[in-house]
Amino acid sequence: MGIIKNIESFFKYIGDLNIFVKNIFYWLFYGKRNFRRLIREMVFIGIDSFPLVSLISFFVGIIIAFQTAYQLKIFSSEIYIASLVALSLTRELGPVLGSLIVASRSGASITAQLGAMKISEQIDALEVMGVDPINYLVVPKFISLVISMPLLVIYADFLGILGGYIVGATKFAIPFGFYFRMTFEALVYKDIVSGMIKSIFFGAIIAFIACFEGFRPFSSSDVAKVVTHAVVRSFILIIIFDSILTAFFYFIFI
Amino acid sequence: MIKVVEISKSFGNKKVLDKVSFSINDGETFLIIGRSGAGKTVLLRSIVGLIKPDSGSIFIDGNDITNLNKDRLNDIRKNIGIVFQGNALFDFLNVEENVGFVLYHNQKIPRNKIREKVTETLKLVGLQGTENLFPYELSGGMKKRIAIARAIIYNPRIIIYDEPTTGIDPIAVDKIVSLIEDLHSKFSVTSIIVTHDLHVGLKLADRLAFLLGGKIIFEGTKDDLNELKDERIIQFMKGSSEGPIKETEV
Repeated sequence: MGIIKNIESFFKYIGDLNIFVKNIFYWLFYGKRNFRRLIREMVFIGIDSFPLVSLISFFVGIIIAFQTAYQLKIFSSEIYIASLVALSLTRELGPVLGSLIVASRSGASITAQLGAMKISEQIDALEVMGVDPINYLVVPKFISLVISMPLLVIYADFLGILGGYIVGATKFAIPFGFYFRMTFEALVYKDIVSGMIKSIFFGAIIAFIACFEGFRPFSSSDVAKVVTHAVVRSFILIIIFDSILTAFFYFIFI
Repeated sequence: MIKVVEISKSFGNKKVLDKVSFSINDGETFLIIGRSGAGKTVLLRSIVGLIKPDSGSIFIDGNDITNLNKDRLNDIRKNIGIVFQGNALFDFLNVEENVGFVLYHNQKIPRNKIREKVTETLKLVGLQGTENLFPYELSGGMKKRIAIARAIIYNPRIIIYDEPTTGIDPIAVDKIVSLIEDLHSKFSVTSIIVTHDLHVGLKLADRLAFLLGGKIIFEGTKDDLNELKDERIIQFMKGSSEGPIKETEV
């Protein structure tokens, strides 16, 4: 009985999420936009995330450089740390880490904000005043996430490469020009584009899940629950879609 | 005129409204009274189309709002102002943006005209000069008056108050009651007040309905209520725990 109920609620969740996403796309094309609100969202989701993204990407770059150097030392090829740092960051770690950071920072906060609005009847107030809550509250967050994510990822890639360079320069005395030549020689168009496309998808996933969960609480005790759900479910979907997109790019871009 | 005809609503196995019927005439102050959890808020939310009843109809000026599409429902809602129990002021907007919200969003009125209208409405609720404050900077009574200002700024013909005096101090309660009376006499609006505070309710109401166990057990004027011999209503009016209404019964 319990299993059937779980399956039932899983399909109900998927169905409701599907309707929610459809509504987002409807209002994305037919709704009026308030640019002041859009800018406010972009500042919160994008610009305010830069310090955390900088910190994590920079140290991840350092960690990758040390880990690869450890292996490459066996073959006396430490010079290739530049290429390995660049490739692992642009293809995988940049988009995935960037989205996980945004999902836990901005996604959680979006869910908490919408959840608090839902239980304090602010969302009902919007509806009664003839303002569609999805158009007014969700679409600006969706647009901001989809635009901010690729920019954050490019920035994360760059900071990670810089972290790698610090290791290359201080530990292995690799000159600045040479390190960056090795970096850009290893990178091809596909690496950058696939990373960007992934980050757009991940931005959309965060928006869908964070906002959808934000509309679900019925009481203040539900808010903590939906915030946890939003972060966990975003993480799971980001990893699943990362595998799917990686496989897709592997076959398409060969 | 608002006419509620046999509406029922259940959440899971719990029947919250059971064939509820009553009518509200234009220009009157109608009180819906009952214990906390009696289904008053569900009834109110059904009247503004936030909840769709399982059965029955709600007619506002002859339109059954339970069967309308969103655009038509929004047209009808333009005539309704609602003051929510928790005020529902938008935390991220200041008082001016909160009060002028509908005008900023739904109508093509120049910003300076909206500002003038906001100032005028704030004056009406006795809170001029608070335009730049945010909701977290206001007291409970002030928030309630801002919520009333937001509900009346577009001159609705019907104003709905959900528990307008809950959670505020007695002096602020008195101010809110006078404000509701003032608005009613100044603009001849139809007011619907949902409350469990009988003292406040009776001060304001022309007619009232008593909701118990999801059913309307009384509808009539204040005088009818005084002549009534229903033990349950007498117990409620006395505020006694002894009587036919049990502690757990709503």
